Amino acid sequence: MTEHVEWSEPEAAGALVSSAVTPADAADAARLVAFGLQPKLQPARDQEYAELLRRYREDPAFARLADAVAAGLGLVVLEVSPRAGMAVTAAEDSVFAVRMGDYARRASADAGDRFLHGLAHLAVAAMAFPRPEDLADDGYIGRVSVNGVDAFVRQACRRLEERAEEQGEITDPATDAPGLEAAWRIWARRSATGATKDARRLAGSTTGIVGKAVAFLTDSGFLQRTGDDGGGTYRTTARYQLQVRDMAGSAAMAELLELGIVPVTDGTATLLPAEDTDDLELAADAGLPFHSRP
Amino acid sequence: MTSPASTDSVPPQLSAGPRPAPGPAADEGLARRLRALACTAPLHDLDVRKANLAGEYSVYGMAEVALAAIDLVTLNMDFDTGADHDQIVARLIPRIAAQAPRRPVAEHERVARWVLENLINVGSVDRGFRAVYGTFTPDGSYVRRDYDFKLIEEVPGYGGSVYLRTTDEAVNVLVGALDTDVTSAQIAAEVKLEVLISRGRLADAQLAAEQARYRTVQYSETLRRTLDATRRNVRAVDWLQAVPDMITEALDHVADRYRHENAILTNIRKARDESEDPEHKRRAAELVDIVKDCIRRHTQLQSRLLEAGPLFRAEQDRQAFAAPMATSGIDLYGHLVVPVLPLPVEQALRVTDAFFARGTGLRTPVSVRVGDLVDILLAPPMEREHLGAQMPEPDLIATPDDSRFSEEQLAAAMELLDLPADAPRRLSGLLADARRSDPELPYLVALLAVHAASPPVGTAYRQGEEKLLFSVDDGTELDDPEFGGADLIVGMALLDAAALRLEGR
Repeated sequence: MTEHVEWSEPEAAGALVSSAVTPADAADAARLVAFGLQPKLQPARDQEYAELLRRYREDPAFARLADAVAAGLGLVVLEVSPRAGMAVTAAEDSVFAVRMGDYARRASADAGDRFLHGLAHLAVAAMAFPRPEDLADDGYIGRVSVNGVDAFVRQACRRLEERAEEQGEITDPATDAPGLEAAWRIWARRSATGATKDARRLAGSTTGIVGKAVAFLTDSGFLQRTGDDGGGTYRTTARYQLQVRDMAGSAAMAELLELGIVPVTDGTATLLPAEDTDDLELAADAGLPFHSRP
Repeated sequence: MTSPASTDSVPPQLSAGPRPAPGPAADEGLARRLRALACTAPLHDLDVRKANLAGEYSVYGMAEVALAAIDLVTLNMDFDTGADHDQIVARLIPRIAAQAPRRPVAEHERVARWVLENLINVGSVDRGFRAVYGTFTPDGSYVRRDYDFKLIEEVPGYGGSVYLRTTDEAVNVLVGALDTDVTSAQIAAEVKLEVLISRGRLADAQLAAEQARYRTVQYSETLRRTLDATRRNVRAVDWLQAVPDMITEALDHVADRYRHENAILTNIRKARDESEDPEHKRRAAELVDIVKDCIRRHTQLQSRLLEAGPLFRAEQDRQAFAAPMATSGIDLYGHLVVPVLPLPVEQALRVTDAFFARGTGLRTPVSVRVGDLVDILLAPPMEREHLGAQMPEPDLIATPDDSRFSEEQLAAAMELLDLPADAPRRLSGLLADARRSDPELPYLVALLAVHAASPPVGTAYRQGEEKLLFSVDDGTELDDPEFGGADLIVGMALLDAAALRLEGR
């Protein structure tokens, strides 16, 4: 993400293209960025968009100009390609950034709710790209369902609960220190669904929270709804893969490392058969191969 | 070996005196019992809070209704779905009505819903309960902890519907066997039942049988989770050994339980048939039903187990032939979800916040123009479609009725053939009777009689028929103007499905 910003710094870009740039070029570059701001718009459906993308890829000066426009607006360019279009995303503190407080009102007051919403997004991504190869493979299309995501997180929580019980730990949190409660318990104790008067999904339930997350990601052009099974099924877009791979995944990893937690990694998937063969607890309704070994 | 000596030397009243602070092991047992105790609190609470309801509700035994509700939900939990909300309410009403027969039905229903909603605890955001209890940590300090639990939880069903399930906590409260192993408790309940029956104590036996059924449901639930989960995942599962082993084990278990419960069934049937006391007979008959239900649930479990194999193979074909990629990147599940979940929520929040901030994409900020605002504020509210789109009138075409015989003729023939069990008749006589009422009828009667020469006995038993038409050829020739062949003896056999099953064993 940082190199994008570097090579699209306005001064450098300006110095290079200043001789040739015309107001019309600047308008075209801004127009391309504007297309990128409509994430649901597909380049294949809009001739002008496709034409501007072609120009971006063939004309380096125009590319730098478009990058500069994006950077000036507080946007990060993830990829410019016929499949993803002008894939831009909000830089930190940009006017385009999504804030948790705007996303869910309750989340700003309640740390537990805020965690649930964040975890829902993480779990949707983990379900959509179950293996490292899936995240790396540009051609991969992930599929998720709302109930599947909830079931899969619950399964992971259940494993942790069982493990804690085996070790005789008391996981019930101290009354005066709710912040020290283990994160999985927050999800486990929130009900999965609930009856409402108007037959809509209970917003505070975990399926409600996951449902909100996928609906939001659909609006962001990251998911496409494919059916109603399992509380709604969705498939991923190229943009979502880019966003998770280049932005969200690494940012969350950095935060985790800062907490002093280094996930053991040897480059292979955690989805391989477990060493202890009696470990057959897999995520129910997940619809994707998940091994829930925490 | 010092403790017996010290107890002897110390006067009994002092043995309850000050002791060293209990260690964490002793405290754990206490914590477990405190949690078990907490699970009963919502039921007591119902009876305490009924006074606060608008209206005079003290006649109702709320804890009783609540326990009945938990019973109903537990027994209606099937593999795929839980119990239906409205159905539970409907089944609760007779009991509530019995508590206060003079009150209106609407009030009974209100009580049922109130109890059910309180068991779900609709008012709280978690839809659960919380109890506070204290424990000593290993270093001796005292900590108060929150225990969160649910009694009835709502689970998603097909098509967005919501079903009710009782939690393990609720089943444990109900059965009264707190914090026990599922398998061993089931075996214990069954052994108890056998002993009780052999001593002829049927009243206790029924209680034990009901407990065994709760255990069966709970056990099926545990297996269902494991099995459902296994079916979804192919690559992550050890195909060579673990899965087949697991299925074999589960099938063995089902077979074992099936044998066991059939043995019980035989015993109870004996008790039922031999008993003189009508009350005993009735009790034993109820027991038979309960054990039958247990067997039915095991059979359901078994069919699930048998489906698993083909499903695995199909998934294997679909998934296993993708070429592995050499690149490695972030493993979202292994590197993020797994490490985050056990963290304290304060720390986990930082990771999920980071993911959220950069994983949600962008939103174009909304800028409001006053002109638009006026339009928005003045726009009439959207009317919500309650009924959905209008259904087109189906275009029905009547299919021509080309049956050889009419419904009335069939009814007449069946009436003619509805013979008393002890008085079989000759086909010739039946044909003559039939000809008197309708010239077409003898053809149908003859057809039915020929069919009855090889009656579907097995099917009739399975469907629980009480009697079955049969016909036998004893060598007499049929003397009839329209038909030739043997003058069959047509009769009605009474079936005793239960007796056959006993003999079959």
